[in-house]
Amino acid sequence: MSAGAAIALPAPAPREPGKGIATVVALLAPIALVNAVGFLAPVLNLARMSFYEVEPTGAMREVYTLATWAKVFSDGYYAGLIFDSITVSLGITLLTLICSYPIALYLHRSSGTWRTILLVLVISPLLTSAVVRTYGWIAILAENGLVNNAFAALSLAKLKLMFNATGVTIGLTEILMPYMILALLAGFGRLDPRVEEAAATLGAPPFTIFRRIILPLTLPGIALGCLLCFVLAVSSFITPKLLGGGRVFLLATEIYDEAIVTLNWPLAATLSILVLIIFGGALLLYSRALRAIL
Amino acid sequence: MDERPASLPLKLTALVMFAFLLAPLIVVVPISFSGDAYMKFPPSSWSTKWYPAIFADGKMAAAFWTSLVLAAVVTALSLAIALPAAYALVRLKPPGAEALSSLFTAPLLLPTIVLGLAILIVFAKLGLLATFPGLVAAHLVVTLPYALRVLATALSTLPIAVEEAAATLGASPFTVFRRITLPMMKSGLVGTTALCFLVSFDEVVLSLFMTGPRIQTLPVAMYHHVEQQADPLVAALSVLLVALTLIVVLVVDRTSGLAKTFVK
Repeated sequence: MSAGAAIALPAPAPREPGKGIATVVALLAPIALVNAVGFLAPVLNLARMSFYEVEPTGAMREVYTLATWAKVFSDGYYAGLIFDSITVSLGITLLTLICSYPIALYLHRSSGTWRTILLVLVISPLLTSAVVRTYGWIAILAENGLVNNAFAALSLAKLKLMFNATGVTIGLTEILMPYMILALLAGFGRLDPRVEEAAATLGAPPFTIFRRIILPLTLPGIALGCLLCFVLAVSSFITPKLLGGGRVFLLATEIYDEAIVTLNWPLAATLSILVLIIFGGALLLYSRALRAIL
Repeated sequence: MDERPASLPLKLTALVMFAFLLAPLIVVVPISFSGDAYMKFPPSSWSTKWYPAIFADGKMAAAFWTSLVLAAVVTALSLAIALPAAYALVRLKPPGAEALSSLFTAPLLLPTIVLGLAILIVFAKLGLLATFPGLVAAHLVVTLPYALRVLATALSTLPIAVEEAAATLGASPFTVFRRITLPMMKSGLVGTTALCFLVSFDEVVLSLFMTGPRIQTLPVAMYHHVEQQADPLVAALSVLLVALTLIVVLVVDRTSGLAKTFVK
């Protein structure tokens, strides 16, 4: 090894601006391509398609019209669909919150290996296909299922728990719980145990501590979880389809039927944009609520 | 952490809610060993016939392989596409990096039913419906945002000093990336692989729009099966899928810590 080589140690090359831009473009090109072809173009096209004309024969023409939008807003069927979707989703969101809150609070107060195990139990359903979990609910709620056979063994009357809004509500509540639990946990950071202890020392009964200390401090997490679950409930489709058995009509199931069965793409596109408008409304309410809380 | 211990009423309520959360996953286990020809709980007799029945059912077996190959291809492509992108956005910091990463993760904000319809309409024109490349492209739209987010987080939390030291000692940018950066972000890579694989393997709404009689993924085949008849075959399949998920989760937990990967 000559001494010259050590002296000629190359300094880190200063990045040439032109070359840097070329590198960035090359590195980002693949993801940009997927984004453009699989996201931007399809979504813009969807918005455009909601204004296409549908002939009485069902054929679609590339002529712009407001007919589909007018139909959605004037036909009572679609107004009912929108109303049902929103109310059912709100009910599911509230139930999810009630079922998830104790788990999140308990998780927040546990630690170590036990906490990891519980966290795995919360996340595992999230990583399991919605079809699998919905099938599990069919096994529990069906006429021959767990609940009704237990009722029969106790000589109680059988309940109709499936192919109606009850089944959809129970199934979706459970399916959305992991999202709610994780959102609540993220917001529980503000919960200082010393404040609770102070309240307890001053003689507050447990329920008062919960109502006056814990609940107000965890409101941001609650708001985030509710937004997330409402949005997911409005757009969920597998569970309403399987547990509703074609007898529960919601926006998401209607979009699928119009797209795949009826092949009325402009109508499906219009209903999709409507879902996005409902999302926007929920987001607006959320930011209002957050400002009121903080 | 000096947390308050959970009180007894809280423990009991949490226990009941956990039972509710896990009920659908637990109930499929006994049903998968049912000896009945149709779904009934509790089963009136027991057998293991439904597990071999999965692979005897030609449609299910084909769908299973399609999903497995699809998830593997999608995961490999997601890493190959998202890793350079994450590097460019985090390390080279081009102007507008923030806006670009918002754009690239935006598909996650859209409900899959809307995204599925939008992709269906465009892919129908391109002749990509019910084809393997079409399925790969549709799945990439949802796996890439996850991959980009996890990899960008992993990259931005690495100490940059080691990379700078290697560069000062004369290593080319690519050598620095291959010998220093890549090994250090191992846990991020494992998390991304697991996440992309599971997202693709479980994806059902997008796939429903993209598949046809010619090609089906496992979740789609299961969906159509349950729609017609809820027999114990799906329970046996569900047990296999839950086991697969648990294995992936445990591998991730062993290599990088579950909490770090999924809960920030």
